[in-house]
Amino acid sequence: MIEQEFDAIVVGAGMSGNAAAYTMASQGLTVLQLERGEYPGSKNVQGAIMYADMLEQIIPDFRDDAPLERHLVEQRFWVMDDTSHTGMQYRSDDFNEAKPNRYTIIRAQFDKWFSRKVRQAGATVLCETTVTELVRSASGKVIGVRTDRAGGPIYADVVVLAEGVNGLLGTRAGLRKMPKPESVALAVKEMHFLPDEVIEQRFGLQGDEGCVIEAAGTISRSMAGLAFLYTNKESISLGIGCLVSDFAQTMESPYVLLDNFKNHPSIRPLIAGSEVKEYSAHLIPEGGYKAIPQLFGDGWVAVGDAAQLNNAIHREGSNLAMTSGRIAGEAIIEIKGRNQPMIRRNLALYKTMLDKSFVVKDLMKYKDMPALIHTNSRNFFMTYPQLMSQAAQNFMRVDGTPKIEKEKATTAAFIRARSRWGLISDVVRLALAWR
Amino acid sequence: MTMAVTKLRVEEKLYQNRYLVDPGRPHIKVRPHERPSANLLALTHICPAKCYELNDKGQVETTSDGCMECGTCRVLCEASGEIVWNYPRGGFGVLFKFG
Repeated sequence: MIEQEFDAIVVGAGMSGNAAAYTMASQGLTVLQLERGEYPGSKNVQGAIMYADMLEQIIPDFRDDAPLERHLVEQRFWVMDDTSHTGMQYRSDDFNEAKPNRYTIIRAQFDKWFSRKVRQAGATVLCETTVTELVRSASGKVIGVRTDRAGGPIYADVVVLAEGVNGLLGTRAGLRKMPKPESVALAVKEMHFLPDEVIEQRFGLQGDEGCVIEAAGTISRSMAGLAFLYTNKESISLGIGCLVSDFAQTMESPYVLLDNFKNHPSIRPLIAGSEVKEYSAHLIPEGGYKAIPQLFGDGWVAVGDAAQLNNAIHREGSNLAMTSGRIAGEAIIEIKGRNQPMIRRNLALYKTMLDKSFVVKDLMKYKDMPALIHTNSRNFFMTYPQLMSQAAQNFMRVDGTPKIEKEKATTAAFIRARSRWGLISDVVRLALAWR
Repeated sequence: MTMAVTKLRVEEKLYQNRYLVDPGRPHIKVRPHERPSANLLALTHICPAKCYELNDKGQVETTSDGCMECGTCRVLCEASGEIVWNYPRGGFGVLFKFG
């Protein structure tokens, strides 16, 4: 039974919860963080890429002891059909810098480290504790939580909902709606272990350099989806995700897509001989700006995936999570400093600060992309990848056909598949949504 | 592909994972029904842990021991009342070694 009343209760020990708890505890607030997993990270799943700048703003010297896998020097974007990939890649020695920009991480290890920092900052972290309900005052203000542990409610001035994409508390309390099937992707992933020197040979890496492949195309079977392969130190994280609404409609099985991706001739040699040690599944918020729910109210704020803060176009989630958690913490510190109550009017400061940050500005930029990709998934994930592959092969294969005829055949294939008007309208709509 | 082969395939994958099952307290329940809705039926294919299966009466049943707690079924079938979804008690359920 916890008698103490806290300045803040943080529900969840993922990226956003840890950022919020650390920010508040390090400024002297009394913070209780509740995590339902056996240890912080045991319920958390991510690709995973971690963005240094956003963590530096919370823990500037994180590189001293954080469990980082590889810093990224190369990114490959692939458009795949069943037997080929057409690619664009960027690799730069500039990414071999004193303070690298992006790292691959393994969440269970990273989150344990982050949680240690949270405890060192002075927060109380209680694991194996599922929060079952928000406690509200007669006027409706959130004043605490009930858990599945023995004892009564635990009280706090404010509750930070960092409960993840599938958070039950906020939706059950009517603070936000459940994500729509077209606003979340289901991703499945496997961890493939290989000796570090094998990974370095296969991807042309030295030391702690890392490489990322992101691939779209016929592997998602006309669903809106993306596959990925990230190099860790001694393992490869590999997976595929598609919109839940598309899965429900096509009834494709995610593990079949994953195995097809692993067996694709462009991927199979990269993971040959690996030992698989884990299979995981997770939802990813994909709705963008238009899917952001109410972010604050009397006695509560929502951060990270619980608030749908994920940039699907740039595949960024953990940095939006960390930043929203930090900003929520800073807003709460500011309100407390003014001796003001944690009511809706004052907690609006969190949203004001978040709106000024890259988090909301980036999501705003791509606000029309989710709808465009969803309604055109067959063209973008099936027709165009096949056309691109045919065009590339037609260009490269030497078979005595005059080049002018080859070009005409490629052009005709595009027009046959999408019509002149369809091609123009696809380009225009994509450009408008990207703008 | 036959159901038996895909079932084996998923079981091989789930075998790698660590779980602490809370005996007698499944965290997902399917409400009794005559005929499953399209979304409930879809779960027999799209649940990544293959927790949902059709019985010989054409009804959907669930065994949540291998559940990875992703929430896909909740997004599709909780609002209609076809399933009841809660998190496992603290410390129970899937325990990711890597995540």
